[in-house]
Amino acid sequence: MSVSVKTFDTAAEAAQVLSNDRAARFMGGGTWIMRAVNEGNQSFSSVLLARDPVLRQVQVQGDRVVIGAGVTMAQILGHGELAFLHRAAKSVGGPAIRNMATVGGNLFAWHPYGDLATALLALDATVTLASGNQQQALADLLRDREREPRPVVLSVTLTRPQQGAFRFRKVSRVKPKGISLLTIAANLPQASERISGARIAYGSMADTPVRVPAVEQALEGKTLDEAGIAQAVAAATNGIEPPTDAIASSWYRKEVAPVHLKRLLLEAAS
Amino acid sequence: MTKKPVQFKLNGADKAVFVDDGQNLLDVLRRGIGDLSPKYGCGQGTCGACTVLVDGEPHLSCLVLAETMEGRQISTTGGLARDGGLDPLQDAFMDGFAAQCGFCTPGMLMAAKALLDRNPNPSRDDVIEAISGNICRCTGYEPIINAILDAAQRGSGQRTA
Ligand SMILES: Cc1cc2nc3c(=O)[nH]c(=O)nc-3n(C[C@H](O)[C@H](O)[C@H](O)COP(=O)(O)OP(=O)(O)OC[C@H]3O[C@@H](n4cnc5c(N)ncnc54)[C@H](O)[C@@H]3O)c2cc1C
Ligand code: FES
Ligand code: FES
Repeated sequence: MSVSVKTFDTAAEAAQVLSNDRAARFMGGGTWIMRAVNEGNQSFSSVLLARDPVLRQVQVQGDRVVIGAGVTMAQILGHGELAFLHRAAKSVGGPAIRNMATVGGNLFAWHPYGDLATALLALDATVTLASGNQQQALADLLRDREREPRPVVLSVTLTRPQQGAFRFRKVSRVKPKGISLLTIAANLPQASERISGARIAYGSMADTPVRVPAVEQALEGKTLDEAGIAQAVAAATNGIEPPTDAIASSWYRKEVAPVHLKRLLLEAAS
Repeated sequence: MTKKPVQFKLNGADKAVFVDDGQNLLDVLRRGIGDLSPKYGCGQGTCGACTVLVDGEPHLSCLVLAETMEGRQISTTGGLARDGGLDPLQDAFMDGFAAQCGFCTPGMLMAAKALLDRNPNPSRDDVIEAISGNICRCTGYEPIINAILDAAQRGSGQRTA
């Protein structure tokens, strides 16, 4: 236990320190960080906390939703306006983990974690960084998240999906709480019963949650029925090279992805 | 290493302790205060043996940074028995043989307590969900689930914390 802990009033102050110290880590709920501390992980030597109230706020203005990075899965589940995210938040760990695990931490969770991040990616979320309130697409943050200097995420912004357009499915071997072998999130807005602007994201199918452009393109202008989704299902793993881990092999993930994608898309049709 | 002062309530009683940088709540409860009721199973958040209630909600004390507990209310199995009698949950666990080696029991009891305080009449699925973060390697879970449902019948949730 050779870490030092520093607490700041604002996330911006913590971000300033983090940007100059490679051996520091920002802590959200600590479900990953504390595990590393308990194990005597030597890759960092200080932990930064922020009391910033913005981290814990949820703001809903019309269809615009801003969720503080320090908001927990349990807080999402307790928020009526965030019902579209409840399935994803509920899929993270058991009740005690959900009381602790934050939105911000989920964006940095290692494979095969990041179930909420997968949902947020399919919702085209952007993140606001604590230093200078800079905006960044979530997809870019996920791509660069191991890069130094590490950022502090202040909040996540998204547009509420059309009624019934957003779907989420986590496939795991243990119920009700299990690690993901595949997580799929789909936002399927429709105009005149045709899909327009589909967003599909997979979790556990790469090092980080990823968008699946091949499936998105195959769904464009289609109807949500067996014939309409056939091309998308055929393209389910185009450009995807899933990792092998203790939960499933890369081969298995590729085999089952089309099956679960099809179920999710047809579920959306009903 | 710096020591930091922290004050919180443990099972209703005021506690003031000095904690180390990076020290987790489980360690402070067990080694610092001597409440041995929460157990150390994994230190990774996976087993649930260290489950305690923080302001009434279940938390994994091995993953809680102790210094963040300033002003919070912490409840452990050590505080369940009151007025010379066990909590109905503890009675139901005993009567239903819901503990074998007993290592998971304190975590199970606190996860169940949080459920029954919020929902005095849970369904079987509610109970399964509530203890989904707690591993038991002995009982096969059935006696635990049944004991929690039994405790609900006995009115465990109606006793206030
Ligand atoms: C038993 C167990 C079960 C789990 N089950 C699941 C599961 O089913 N699904 C799932 O997705 N995850 C799961 N997790 C992983 C983890 O709990 C979650 O991903 C959680 O959301 C991480 O959030 P945290 O606040 O606890 O992260 P922390 O431990 O605080 O931090 C994790 C990482 O994120 C960084 N970070 C945290 N907040 C910010 C921020 N605001 N800005 C920049 N960086 C930040 C930290 O520096 C660190 O690198 C599980 C973990 C455990 C221990
Ligand atoms: S000791 Fe905390 S979850 Fe296992
Ligand atoms: S009684 Fe032994 S682990 Fe549950």
